[in-house]
Amino acid sequence: MGMGTESEVAVPLPRYRLQSNLRPVMWLAIAAAGIAVVSLVRIWTGADNLDSSGAIQAAITAAVPIALAGLSGLWSERAGVVNIGIEGMMILGTFGAGYAGYQWGPWAGVFFGVVCGLLGGLLHALVTVTVGVDHIISGVAINILAPGLALYLSRLVFTDAPGGGQRQSPPVADVGRITLPLISDWLGEIEAKGWFFVSDLAGIVRGFCTNLSLLSVLAAVLIALSGWVLWRTRLGLRLRSVGEAPYAAESLGVNVYWYKYIAVMISGGLAGLAGAFLVVGLKFQDGQTGGRGFIGLAAMIFGNWRPGGMAMGAGLFGYTDGVQQYDSSGSAMHAFLILVAITLIVVAILQYRAGHPVVAAVAAVIAALCLWWFSATDELPQQLVKAAPYAITLLVMALASQNLRMPKADGLIYRKGGS
Amino acid sequence: MTGSRGRRILLGAAAPVGALVFSLLITSLLLIATGHSPFEAFGAMASAFERVRVILGTINQTAVFYLSAVAVAIGFKMNLFNIGVDGQYRLAAMMSAVVAGAAFMDSLPSFLRIAITLLVAMVVGASWAGVAALLKVTRGVSEVISTIMLNAIATFLIAYLLTPQMLAVLEGNNISTPKITEGGQLPVFQFEGSTTPLYSGVFLAVIVGVIYALVLSRTVFGFSLKATGMSETAAIASGISVKKMIVSAMLLSGAVAGLVGMPELLNGSAASYSLNFPTGIGFTGIAIALLGRNHPVGMIFSALLWAALDSSANALQGVGVPRELVTIMQGVIVLSVVVAYEFVRRYRLVLEARDVARALAARNPQEATL
Repeated sequence: MGMGTESEVAVPLPRYRLQSNLRPVMWLAIAAAGIAVVSLVRIWTGADNLDSSGAIQAAITAAVPIALAGLSGLWSERAGVVNIGIEGMMILGTFGAGYAGYQWGPWAGVFFGVVCGLLGGLLHALVTVTVGVDHIISGVAINILAPGLALYLSRLVFTDAPGGGQRQSPPVADVGRITLPLISDWLGEIEAKGWFFVSDLAGIVRGFCTNLSLLSVLAAVLIALSGWVLWRTRLGLRLRSVGEAPYAAESLGVNVYWYKYIAVMISGGLAGLAGAFLVVGLKFQDGQTGGRGFIGLAAMIFGNWRPGGMAMGAGLFGYTDGVQQYDSSGSAMHAFLILVAITLIVVAILQYRAGHPVVAAVAAVIAALCLWWFSATDELPQQLVKAAPYAITLLVMALASQNLRMPKADGLIYRKGGS
Repeated sequence: MTGSRGRRILLGAAAPVGALVFSLLITSLLLIATGHSPFEAFGAMASAFERVRVILGTINQTAVFYLSAVAVAIGFKMNLFNIGVDGQYRLAAMMSAVVAGAAFMDSLPSFLRIAITLLVAMVVGASWAGVAALLKVTRGVSEVISTIMLNAIATFLIAYLLTPQMLAVLEGNNISTPKITEGGQLPVFQFEGSTTPLYSGVFLAVIVGVIYALVLSRTVFGFSLKATGMSETAAIASGISVKKMIVSAMLLSGAVAGLVGMPELLNGSAASYSLNFPTGIGFTGIAIALLGRNHPVGMIFSALLWAALDSSANALQGVGVPRELVTIMQGVIVLSVVVAYEFVRRYRLVLEARDVARALAARNPQEATL
């Protein structure tokens, strides 16, 4: 902890410049190396669904609601309000999307889902910002309230609707989906060849340009937009200053309450959108969110309270979730263990060189356990695969806590004119 | 300050009563908006208690909720937020059910079997909480986040262990842990005209409540717990090891959490852990601890209220109102009670400032005219 901050304070400029200069090339190189490793593992184990276009599609579908929930948490926490009520706000979103969606079409459903989530956010803001109640308590209360309200209304509204039931709405139509006509087929041919690297790349790209929901595109745009707004605009700077040092912000004339309200309401709206994503093309169902609000929170922490990292976390968690559902043979998740082990070995080396031998040792031991598990079994139990996102987050927090930095005033109660 | 004790009790009661009234108001509006009569709905809920069965069920449920609330309150007392009570009690109930139902237990005397079962539950609950404590003191990981993750991991771990390949048995279509034979269970008290017995697990809750009250008010540990919660720096200055306190508070909280499932497991008719085992009691415990302000007696009342609301939910369906009305009421109660406590806290500060001003004025009458 001390080491990291010291070097940041002492020589901020060179390090920053180095990063920004190398970034695009570095990322491309890392991505290419990653695909190469995945490709080798795929060829060795024969687990084609590790990166087949179908698996990638399933991963995207699973990752988007997690990413939206993570983005929801990001907005709120960047303004210093902890939001563990995301799950509840998502549930409100699923109800809104189901209610409007089956009557007036999917986009109306999306709109209503966002509005319902936003109302949940407004409640959270009212309780935490205006009244000044502990953020966690408010979040827990919203998580109690929201499912009750949604199910209460569901029983009243959907029971007599055509095709609906006590605990589910009538079907909601899907929003448009994009498939690039020629490219998709062409990539499919390359994918089928099973070549090293090229086929893997084709499979991944094909996953992205085949049957892609417009809502997934919207989510990607929103993540990029959030990053731009929060880090490149005046609004974002002020919003983040409210999360880092509210009293300093106040002394500079920033209306702290106002920015917190904006942030928490946007957070609610995004959680509602995450809920709507689950409903559109399907229907409202009781218990549909299945803890995704919490996985989103985990993705946000995994990504160190930053949009890019959050998206990576959501991608990883969505991948484990989507691929295990898609791949009925179970071989993909089994092979995934090797990828986890390789990643952990890389982490161990990096941590060792950074002067954290204990952390490196722990990572190495877990890597060895993964390899042992791989060789001792043929298939992973699906229940344990579902626990992977949470376990990975715990692992990241335990191993890399010196690199994680949440907004400084996150979760603290702010009173205007206080100390 | 003279006369402040009466005022304190009055102010303390104002918040929960106000919250209850407010939640009745909100749910009445919701009922009217959805085309139901509030009088009919609340009347149906109240008339549910004409049955002995419902009253006994309420008492049993109160005990379970109270245990969960105490587990949460131990953490709360020193500003530790153990959201993980939920995962802790479910994992503990499952593991202790496996042990209690194991064949070797049949040869042991009943007293020993029950003691072992309770011990296993407490150890499992404490260990699961211990993971969060360990991460907090060694790596600085917030217990809120780690216990949320541990809850989810517990859910899937239980699903994994509760398969015939692992620890469960298949009976017909039901998968559960092996049934606990008679000697491994606690006795229940049958009452005339009721199919539901009174659980002896209620006494477990009473014992835990008494110990909680005594530890808080009569021991050094209880004092250190409260002191650390009020001011960490002051606690360090007076020689309290905060890390040690975090670990022991978390372990204790987890151990009590482990007991939450025991009344159902050792008194319930199923006598085993299955996927039908009640879930979410950990979160209920948070709400009850908040409502009862972590007070050993206050939490009895709030647990009773919660259990009574739950028990009357079924009666709502008789008048065509979805039973989730009760959940909504509970959610509104928690939210409004924390808001009310915050207002009461601020009002108290104003009152205290006024008291001080008055006391000063009585001393120097000349300055009072200011």
